[in-house]
Amino acid sequence: MSPKKTKVPITAAKKQRKPKLAIWKFSSCDGCQLSLLDCEEELLAITEHMEVANFPEASRNIAKGPYDLSLVEGSITTPHDAERIHQVRRQSKVLMTIGACATAGGIQALRNFKDVKQFIAAVYTNPKYIETLNKSTPIADHVFVDFELRGCPINKHQLVEVINAYLNGRKPNTPAYAVCLECKRRFITCGLVAHGPTCLGPVTQAGCNALCPSYSRGCFGCYGPKETPNTSALSTYWSSLGMKDDELMRLFRGFNAYAEAFRKESEAHEK
Amino acid sequence: MKNKTIKVDYLARVEGEGGLLVKVSGNKDIDVKFNIFEPPRFFEAFLRGRHYSEVPDITARICGICPVAYQMSSVHAIERAFGVSVDGQLRALRRLIYCGEWIESHALHIFMLHAPDFLGYADAIQMAKDHGPVVQMALKIKKIGNDIVNLIGGREIHPINVRVGGFYKLPVKHELESLVERLKWGMDSAIQTVKFTGKLSFPDFERPYEYVALRHEQEYPMNEGRLFSNKGLDIEVNEYDNHFMEEHVSHSNALHSILKERGAYFVGPLARYNLNFDKLTPAAQDAAKSAGIGKGTNNPFKSIIVRSVEMLYAFEEALRIIQEYERPEKAAVDIQPQLGSGYSCTEAPRGILYHRYRLDERGIILDAKIVPPTSQNQKTIEQDLREFVPPRLHLSQEKLTWQCEQAVRNYDPCISCATHFLKLEIEHEPHREIHGAIG
Repeated sequence: MSPKKTKVPITAAKKQRKPKLAIWKFSSCDGCQLSLLDCEEELLAITEHMEVANFPEASRNIAKGPYDLSLVEGSITTPHDAERIHQVRRQSKVLMTIGACATAGGIQALRNFKDVKQFIAAVYTNPKYIETLNKSTPIADHVFVDFELRGCPINKHQLVEVINAYLNGRKPNTPAYAVCLECKRRFITCGLVAHGPTCLGPVTQAGCNALCPSYSRGCFGCYGPKETPNTSALSTYWSSLGMKDDELMRLFRGFNAYAEAFRKESEAHEK
Repeated sequence: MKNKTIKVDYLARVEGEGGLLVKVSGNKDIDVKFNIFEPPRFFEAFLRGRHYSEVPDITARICGICPVAYQMSSVHAIERAFGVSVDGQLRALRRLIYCGEWIESHALHIFMLHAPDFLGYADAIQMAKDHGPVVQMALKIKKIGNDIVNLIGGREIHPINVRVGGFYKLPVKHELESLVERLKWGMDSAIQTVKFTGKLSFPDFERPYEYVALRHEQEYPMNEGRLFSNKGLDIEVNEYDNHFMEEHVSHSNALHSILKERGAYFVGPLARYNLNFDKLTPAAQDAAKSAGIGKGTNNPFKSIIVRSVEMLYAFEEALRIIQEYERPEKAAVDIQPQLGSGYSCTEAPRGILYHRYRLDERGIILDAKIVPPTSQNQKTIEQDLREFVPPRLHLSQEKLTWQCEQAVRNYDPCISCATHFLKLEIEHEPHREIHGAIG
């Protein structure tokens, strides 16, 4: 079953106390935590089974930790946040990251390939006011992460699945295979074979239900590298079709640019 | 006379990380800092060297709440640089996806972020215990907005179907028509929302703001128009840099934007409404009048009513566009990159969003500038608090802090956008009374 179609009612074993849910934000666009508010049909059901103990985007009430389940959005980009993530981990029984920023450093990890001082000077007139780290790094570079949910943004049905899995003490059912499998299941003509648009589908993890191919455009890698991706074979194929190094570099340097497989491949084409 | 500090370390119910610090010494000096500590993300820097076709997907990532706005401002700016205009049904579809974003963003703010302040709840979940049907309705409205974005854009957060020149794939008419019944329900619900927000009680607070919004000859502004204000501004978007500037202050990772000649200004639903009331539909105008805001209001707390009116308008407009839709043959107009600069302002749910790009002949970005609505409102937010706090120093710390937060939320600040973040700190130092005088 594709994740988009999966609709499992939210159920939980009976417990005395509702588990406490906390949402944490680091450097990000807020889109992944918004996915929780976008669960219009499931939101009230989730709150029946979980106490929303820390979700500043939605509530002024902040209950003290420890928290049973922490969902962490965003990447680490400041010295303060590098400290704060340890405090979050200490207060969390289970910590899951949500989205490309938290799992791979996000689009802001593009700084990792450049001198961040030049970046600051390009945006701010008084660079001395800005405190930032040289690199934007995923949460797992700093603390132990129990589960990573991919996507830029995450798929809200997968988010509900992850919460449901937590409530029932099982492993989340989120595939690690390529977008291609979802594409085949939807009977979409393969763009790579039919000389359609450039597509990262063969090396990108599923989760979007082959969204871009279904809109006549190539995958651009929102869910990051699939397990065992052969990025160099894909690049060689495109090179043979005349694609230039700078184009290949940009292709792998998107929202998951700092995920290892994509990072190495983009560096291989950097002059 | 007394000293008072109101400090909110982490402002809740806003998008992003910000804080508020208000320090009052005696009756005269008041220091207000709206801190944006959301970490900087440097979009303008890493857009350099990217291909124009990647820009709408990259800039969408500035904000998960209003990605469509970023996509719209970027595609329009790039199209202008290339001398291309996108008209007819493609233009109408862009307006339709924007209607979807206005509906979902306004519904989120009206019911889940702002209404709890007026009714005294920490959040919408608490509010749902006493106002179940209202919250249920809110979620349904929000979902319709998301479904419009979904249908045209492929998904509600970071849509994938918007491109320079148009779209990748066009919806067929019956797909859009599948929304019609729900849009009609949405219209009725929006009228109820205007009534609901009109009955809230509002602090007595008005200021002589300079409102800045787009103004278009035929329509309530979304994608196009001249930049217009109630104090004499009337310019083309490409003159923006001549009239506006950004300041970098120490307590904020978001740049403060000001009008060079007159300083702080106000963008967003209230500004749009006050400058464009005549362009609303009769139903939206009537609903607004019966909610008591007439042709305009200077009370920023009433922006919650204005958002409801705009939501009603967006439902009507979406219905109109769908009824008139005929699928064009081509999903996008042809694009030929050329050396040049392009400018665009569109009306994001929170106000004007300015993009400027300089591109080379291959379509590679040489330089980018992005000014989000929240950076433009920061100075006005601080000025509001400076006037809002002194007459209310008799209130308890808890109550005053909450009201200050509410005053900030009038602007629906999106801090993620503004740094390309918001934290409200209200610091309460021990009260020190001198000569026994209070307040």
